[in-house]
Amino acid sequence: MRRGAGRVVLLSIASALSGCSGVQSALSPSGVEALRIDPLFWTATGVSVAVTLMVVVLMALALYGPLRWRSWLGGDRVIIGGGVVLPIVVLTGLFIYGLFVMQAGAVRSAREGEATVTIIGKLWWWEVVYQGPDGEEIVSANELRLPAGRPVRLRLESDNVIHSFWAPQIAGKLDMIPGRTNEVVVEATAPGISRGQCAEYCGGAHALMAFYVVAMAPDEYDAWLAREAGPAPEPLTEGEARGRQVFLENGCGGCHQVRGTEARGRIGPDLTHVGSRMSLAAGMMPNDVDAFARWIVENQHIKPENKMPPFRQFGEEELTALAAYLDSLE
Amino acid sequence: MAKFKELPNKLPRPPGELQELERAWKIPGGFRLISAVNNQVIGILYVGAAFLFFILAGILGLIMRTQLAVPENDLVGQDFYNQIFTVHGTTMMFLFAVPVVEALGVMLLPQMLAARDLPFPRLSAFAIWAYIVGGLVFFSTVFYDLAPKGGWFMYPPLTLKEYSPGDNADFWLLGIGFIEISAIAGAIEIIVGTLRTRPPGMSLTRMPIFAWAMLIFAAMIMIAFPAVILATMLLEIERSFGWPFFTAERGGDPLLWQHLFWFFGHPEVYIIFLPAAGLVSMIVPTMARHPLVGYRLIVVALIGTGFFSFGLWVHHMFTTGIPSLSLGFFSAASMAVAIPSGIQVFSWIATIASSKERFRITTPSLFVLGFLFIFTVGGVTGVMVALVPIDFQVHDTYFVVAHFHYVLIGGMVFPLFATFYYWIPAFSRNMLSERLGRWVFWLMFIGFNVTFFPMHMAGLLGMPRRVRTYPDGLGWNALNMVSTVGSYILAAGVALFVIDLFLRFRPTIDKSVDDPWKAGTLEWLPTGAYSTRSIPFVTSRDPLWDQPNLAREVEEGRHFLPGAPTGGRETIVTSPVDARPQYIIRMPGPGWSQLVAAVFMAAAFLLLTIKAVAIALVCAVISIGACIFWGWKLDHGPGKGEVDIGAGIKLPTYMAGPKSHAWWAMVVLMLVASSLYIAYVFSYLYLWIVSPEVWAPRGSPDLPGAGWPIGTAFLVIAGTIAMALTRPMLPIPGRREPAVPPLIALAAGCLVAAFLAELWGHLSTGLRPAENSYGAMVYMASVLNFQLVFACFILAAFAIARYLTGRLDRERRVTYENAALLYYYAAAQMLFGLVLVHGFPRLAG
Repeated sequence: MRRGAGRVVLLSIASALSGCSGVQSALSPSGVEALRIDPLFWTATGVSVAVTLMVVVLMALALYGPLRWRSWLGGDRVIIGGGVVLPIVVLTGLFIYGLFVMQAGAVRSAREGEATVTIIGKLWWWEVVYQGPDGEEIVSANELRLPAGRPVRLRLESDNVIHSFWAPQIAGKLDMIPGRTNEVVVEATAPGISRGQCAEYCGGAHALMAFYVVAMAPDEYDAWLAREAGPAPEPLTEGEARGRQVFLENGCGGCHQVRGTEARGRIGPDLTHVGSRMSLAAGMMPNDVDAFARWIVENQHIKPENKMPPFRQFGEEELTALAAYLDSLE
Repeated sequence: MAKFKELPNKLPRPPGELQELERAWKIPGGFRLISAVNNQVIGILYVGAAFLFFILAGILGLIMRTQLAVPENDLVGQDFYNQIFTVHGTTMMFLFAVPVVEALGVMLLPQMLAARDLPFPRLSAFAIWAYIVGGLVFFSTVFYDLAPKGGWFMYPPLTLKEYSPGDNADFWLLGIGFIEISAIAGAIEIIVGTLRTRPPGMSLTRMPIFAWAMLIFAAMIMIAFPAVILATMLLEIERSFGWPFFTAERGGDPLLWQHLFWFFGHPEVYIIFLPAAGLVSMIVPTMARHPLVGYRLIVVALIGTGFFSFGLWVHHMFTTGIPSLSLGFFSAASMAVAIPSGIQVFSWIATIASSKERFRITTPSLFVLGFLFIFTVGGVTGVMVALVPIDFQVHDTYFVVAHFHYVLIGGMVFPLFATFYYWIPAFSRNMLSERLGRWVFWLMFIGFNVTFFPMHMAGLLGMPRRVRTYPDGLGWNALNMVSTVGSYILAAGVALFVIDLFLRFRPTIDKSVDDPWKAGTLEWLPTGAYSTRSIPFVTSRDPLWDQPNLAREVEEGRHFLPGAPTGGRETIVTSPVDARPQYIIRMPGPGWSQLVAAVFMAAAFLLLTIKAVAIALVCAVISIGACIFWGWKLDHGPGKGEVDIGAGIKLPTYMAGPKSHAWWAMVVLMLVASSLYIAYVFSYLYLWIVSPEVWAPRGSPDLPGAGWPIGTAFLVIAGTIAMALTRPMLPIPGRREPAVPPLIALAAGCLVAAFLAELWGHLSTGLRPAENSYGAMVYMASVLNFQLVFACFILAAFAIARYLTGRLDRERRVTYENAALLYYYAAAQMLFGLVLVHGFPRLAG
C-alpha cells in the first residue's frame, strides 16, 4: 500500500473532522483573512446583543416602569439620544474598525509575487489550475491545496454562470463572474483540512458543489505539487490496465484528461491524479473504488442535471476495472 | 385656513340629501360586484388577494423547511426545490409584500383622509384586477413545472436562454414585469390621493403618519420600480432576440443586471417597511391614549430612509469584487440608514412611556411589541452585514436568510397582523377575537424566533442559501431541525388567524364597529359607501381627540359637502400643502372597462410568455380599446357649474391646468418614465465603462452623419411647436377651429417620423442590435422611445376624436393637456437620447 499511505492519513483526518462541526465554519478560522474577520464579528455581535438588550429594557420600562422613569422616557431627548447620538457613535466606531479590516485585506491582495492558483467555477464543480515553478499549468479539480504560512493568490473565474468561491475557515467569499477575474490573496496558518462550498446560486445542483481545502506544510506542498505536475501513474495490476483500456475505448477522454494518455478532454474534471483527492463529485462522495463505480452509473441520481451522462452499458467486470483504474490515479 | 365660528353647514339638512348621496355611491350587487370601484370594496379584495399569496408562498416555505429538516433528504427533487424557492421569494416580495401595503393604502387612506374615494377609482380597480389575474397565473406555474428557477433575483447568465431554456424564466420576466406596472399605477393613485384629496384644514403637518409613509412609499416606487422594469425588459429582449446586454463575450456584463436589480431591490425593503412603520405609528398612540411623541422627527426619519435607501444597493454586491473605495462608501451608507430606524424605534418607546395610565395590552399592541423586538434584532444584524468583512463571510448564507426574515417578517408581517386586528373593526360587523388573537400572537412570535434565530448560527457554521440539501456531519442538523419545528409553530399561528377570520370577520360598509379603540384619526368616523356623511374640517393631528363632537357633526352632515350636488360621485380636491378646498372632482362609478382592460392586458403579457404572439396582440388591442372607452367617459367638462360645499365656499366642478388632478397624475407618470430613462442612461454608460472596445467608432460601424440627428431633432422640435400652438387655437366652447385636428396630427406625425429617422439612420450604418452591447444599447433607446411615441400617437388620435365630437375646447381641455404633457416629455427624452447616442461616442471616441 505504498501509494495509499498518504490518502489513509488524509482520510483519517477528515473522518476526525466530520465528527466535530467546524470543518466549514466561519467561526473556526484557520486562514489569515478569516482570522482577521473573526474579532470584528465578535465585536459586532457584542454590540448587537447590547443594543437589543437596551431596547428590550427600555420597552419594559416604558410599559411597566415607575411613573417618574416613564415620564423621563417620554420626551424628545430620548429620541435624539437613542435614535441619533447613540447610533452615530456606535456605528462610526464599528465602521472604522471594519474599514481597517477591509483595507488590510485589500492591501495584501494588491501586492505582487505570490504563487497563483486559478479556480474556474463549472456546472457544478471547480477546475483548479496551479502554476508550476516554471509557470506551467497544472490542472486539477475540486480541491485546493495550500502551503501553510505562505500567501497564495487565487484568481477566480467562470465561463458559464456566476459562482462564488467560499472556504469559510480560510477567507470570506468572492464571486466568480463570467468576463471578469476576481483576485484574493489567502494564507492558511497551519496544516489542516477544511471544506468550502459554492455560495452563489448557480442553478441545478448548486447545493452539491463543494470542495476541500488541504493546507500542508510548505515542503510537503512543494513535493505534492511536483507529483501533481507529472503524468498519471502507469497501471500496476492487470485490472487497472484493463480499466484504462475501458476508459479510453469508451470515449471518456472526450471530456476528461488523464495526462500521459491520449485522454485530452477539458470539459469535465482533469482525472490525472483523481485518486489522490479527498472526495469525488465536488465534495459529494468519498474517494474509493465503490464510489467511482457508483458515480459512473448513477451520477444523475447523485448529482442531478450534471453534464456527465450515466454510463449504464458497462458489465460488472468492466465497471470494476474502470473504477480500480480511476482509483489508482494518485 | 381660518377657523370657522360655526360649522360649515346648518341643520336641518334638506330632505333627500342623504338618499342622493347613497344613490350616487351605491355598490353594485350580485355578480356586478366585480365592476365596483369603491375603495372599501376593492380594498378588501386587494388585501384578501395579497393575503392569499402570503399563505400560498408560506406553504412553499413550509415545504422547503420540511425538505431541510434532515440532511440528505430526498422528499423534494432538486428541480422542484429550485422552482419553489424562487416562487417563494418572488411571491412574497412582488405578490404579497408590496401589493398588501398598497392595498392597505387603497383601503385606509381615503378613510384616514375622509375623502369619498381615491382620485382615480377605476385606475385602482384596474391595478388590482391586473395584479390578481397576473399573480394567480404566475403562481400556478408551480403546479405544472413551468415556474422560474433562477431565484427571485434572476441573475444572468443563469437566466439567459443558454442556461435557462424553456419558458420558466419568461414567466418571471413578463409576469412580474407586468405586476410592477400595476404597482406603479397604484403609486400614482396614492401620490395624488395623499397630496390632493385631504380634508379641508388637514395641512401636511397634520397628516396622519401612515399617509406620510404611503406618500414616501409611492415616491420610492416611482423611482425604484422603473429600474427593475428596465432590467426585465433588457433580459427578456436578450432571451428573445439575443441583444447582448449581459453576455460578457459580446461586451455585456452580468453585473449590469445586479446594479439595476438592487437599485430597485434595496429600496424595495424600505418600500415594504415604511408603510408598516407608518401603521405602527398609528396604533401606538391609540393604545397609549397619547399623541405620537416626535411626530416631526418621524416624518424626517421617513424621508431620510427613503433618501438613504437609494444609496445602498451595492451592499448586495460586496462580494462581486468591487473596489474597496466603493465598498467603504456603500458600507457607510448602509449603516447610516440605521439612524432613521433608530429615531422611529425610540419615538415609539417614548410614546409608550407617555401613556395615559398604562399602555393598553391588546392583540394589536402585542404584535407591535413583537415587531419592536424582532425588528431591532433584524436591524442590528443588518448593521453586521453592512460591515464589509463580515459580509464576505455571511453573504449568501443562512445568516442573511435569518437577517432579512427578521427585517421583513418583523418589520412588515407583524405590523400587518397588528393592522388586521386593529382596523378590521372599521370594515366588519365584529372585531376579531382578542382571546384567539393572543394565541395567534404567541404562536407566531415563538414560532418565528424558533424558525429564524437558529439560521444565524447555521449560516455562521457555513450553510449557504438556496441549497436543496446538505450533507451530514457539518453541525447543521440540529439547527435545521429546530428551524423546521419552529416553522410549523409559526404556520399554526397563521392558521389560527385564518380560523379567527372565518369565525368573526363579516365585511360591511355601513354597520362596522364604531371606534372600539377610541382612536384619534378620521378613519374611525362613522361611514357608509360614500365614506363620511360630510367631509370634516380638521384642526389638529388627532381630530377625534381634539374635536370631541366631530363624529356627531360629521354624521349630521354639518361639515363640508354633505350631499352629492352634481348627482354623481365626487370629492373635494384641496391644495397640496395647506389643504384649502380648490374644486370638486367628479369621479366615475362602477364600470366594466377597467376590468376588461386589466384582464386582457394580463392575458397579453402571459400569452407572450408562451410565445403566442398573435393572440397576445389581439388581447393587447382589446385592452387598449377598453382603456380608450374608459377614457372617453372621463373629462366631463364644466357643465355642472359651481357647487356650494358649506361655509359659503363655492367650488368649480371642473379643473384643467396645473391645479387639476389629471395634470398631477401625468406629471407623476412623466417622473416614472424619466426614472426608466435614467436607468437606461446609467446602463449605457455602465456598459461603455465595462466594454469601451465595442463602442463606435472603434468596435462598431461609424455613427450616421451629423445630418441624421440634426434632422431628427428638427422633426421633434417642429412637432413640439405644433403641439404647443394648438393650445391657443382651442376654440371657445361651442365654436369650431378647423386648424386644431391638423395641428395635433402634424405633431404626432413629426414624432413618428423622428422615431423612424433615428432607427433608419442606425440601420443604414450596418449596426445591428445583436452584434454587441453597443448596438443593443443604441437600439434600446429606440425601444424606449417607441413606447412613448405609441402612447403619444394614441393620445393625439384620442384628442382629435374628442375635438371632432365637440368634447374638446378652451375650457374642457384636460384631454389635450394630458396629450401635450406626455408629448413634451417624449420630445425631451428623444432630444436627450440624440445627444447621448450621437454625441457621446463622438466625444469619448
